[in-house]
Amino acid sequence: MAKADLMDFDKALELFEPVLGFEVHVELNTRTKMFSSAPNPANNEFHDAEPNTLLTPVCLGLPGSLPVVNEQAVRYSISFGLALGCQIASSSRFARKNYFYPDLSKNYQISQYDEPIAFDGSVEVELASGRTVTVGIERAHMEEDAGKLTHVGGATGRIQGAEYSLVDYNRAGVPLVEVVTKMITGAEHDAPELAKAYVAAIRDIVLALGISEARMERGNLRCDANVSLSPRGSGKLGTRTETKNVNSLRSVERAVRYEIQRQAAILHRGGTITQETRHWHEDTGTTSPGRPKSDSDDYRYFPEPDLLPVEPSAELIEQLRAALPEAPAVHRRRLKEAWGFTDLEFQDVANAGLLVELEETVAAGAAPAQARKWWTGEISRLANASSVDPASLVSPANVAALVALIEAGEITDRIAREVLEGVIAGEGTPAEVVEKRGLKVVSDDTLLIAAIDEALAAQPDVLEKIRDGKVQAAGAVIGAVMKAMKGQADAARVRELVLERANA
Amino acid sequence: MSETAALDSAQVAHLANLARIELSPDELEKLTGELGVILDSIAKVSEVATPDVPATSHPVPMSNVFRADEPGETLTTEQALSGAPEHDGTRFAVSAILGEEQ
Repeated sequence: MAKADLMDFDKALELFEPVLGFEVHVELNTRTKMFSSAPNPANNEFHDAEPNTLLTPVCLGLPGSLPVVNEQAVRYSISFGLALGCQIASSSRFARKNYFYPDLSKNYQISQYDEPIAFDGSVEVELASGRTVTVGIERAHMEEDAGKLTHVGGATGRIQGAEYSLVDYNRAGVPLVEVVTKMITGAEHDAPELAKAYVAAIRDIVLALGISEARMERGNLRCDANVSLSPRGSGKLGTRTETKNVNSLRSVERAVRYEIQRQAAILHRGGTITQETRHWHEDTGTTSPGRPKSDSDDYRYFPEPDLLPVEPSAELIEQLRAALPEAPAVHRRRLKEAWGFTDLEFQDVANAGLLVELEETVAAGAAPAQARKWWTGEISRLANASSVDPASLVSPANVAALVALIEAGEITDRIAREVLEGVIAGEGTPAEVVEKRGLKVVSDDTLLIAAIDEALAAQPDVLEKIRDGKVQAAGAVIGAVMKAMKGQADAARVRELVLERANA
Repeated sequence: MSETAALDSAQVAHLANLARIELSPDELEKLTGELGVILDSIAKVSEVATPDVPATSHPVPMSNVFRADEPGETLTTEQALSGAPEHDGTRFAVSAILGEEQ
């Protein structure tokens, strides 16, 4: 739907109540896969593996191979379930979800169906306004990820036009936990923001637990957003769509907003919503229809005969509960105090989803105020311009290094922006970019004095004014010197020297 | 034949196509018959599997069989691809399928 055909967001909310639901898939960072001893590409150690190098016969479903459950993945799943406030099932089972698609070579995915490991929990989600929304968790179940398909040929490169597909099964069998929310009503105008804040809350939880790298741009954390609209006063639920392929926090928010506006426009002109999967397109900021979906999708689930039930003891569950880290909400309150931020400053960082980055930047030695300034300022601006998450642009260690260079007087704030661009462009660490691009501040006074004398000689009237005590006139000379130094001078030092030379 | 066994050769041909298994007309006919017998047998089991009989996924009453999280031996890419009808040297090549993008 063209942007012009969408209904205005406020008008859509006047006529309809949005109802949301989310399915978030989290790739666990265990060293091996869910059911085989193949290295897990969702663990940083094996992230860069070449296609089809992280395989055992189990990953390929070869005849005679048998899956065996990764104990660590089960422990991680239980911890995750507990952190989501869930009950942990005393007995839970795996099931086969059968479908024909070559992303798994055995024609089924091992998942959990009617006996998930964790169920019935809730997550507190904080919004920018200070409003807290409790999102109910229906279930969290264990499953395996599927391989990655690259479609080749065809006019558009899209699957409908593809001639054949190339398959990399490295990702096949990566441990996944799928978290399914209960139906979320009452979000109202906050619905798009809540979507983003909910996914950020899940990200914060898994990072605090250390059970996933949680990099959305790598697909470690993926969100499917269900949106439907209920006409005000009707008391009836609308038909829902499920938007997939939403790979950043910002996109989650945009995708939900778009679906509300799109569905409202269709319903308002008397049309009907098709229950379907839709794909989010980052470049156009729109969704397009994928496969029609119905509740009767028949995956012919049945208990996985190759695996035995998982029956965690009460002792294990209590042991994992006792080892849970501080809840992210509590952790946040502690950070705010430690950093000495105002409510507004802290919300600014939290809303941008940058708490983890800030924390790591501060841990790497940067002053909290400086870390905040760079992450919510220049880095966020650059990220916005290219529609990516700030965290994917630059590492906290490099931001801390950048701040250290400024504090040491090696570069100015203005030059630091250029250094940052270099770091983002992959030219190396801040120090390396400064070196390569020759951006070091001119701290050699003799060079500065030569430039100042030249500028003063060129502007004798200014020299007169300064000598008459009109210190503000020095600005023109400072400007000329900074220009001559291509900005690579410390303006405060230049000012000092200008006054010194003028009065010499 | 009971109702559930009403399987015709067109359905078997459709399944074979989905599974990318090539069947000759003779094989198709033979399999339609054999699968029909299997469905029949399952239908008999279903008659006694009333809701008060819990589902059995495994004949042995065991649970919690786990593996330590330690990487083991992997296949080489050559080994992994050796059974594939088509590949590009690093990845499996499969015919395009109408469906959703991954």
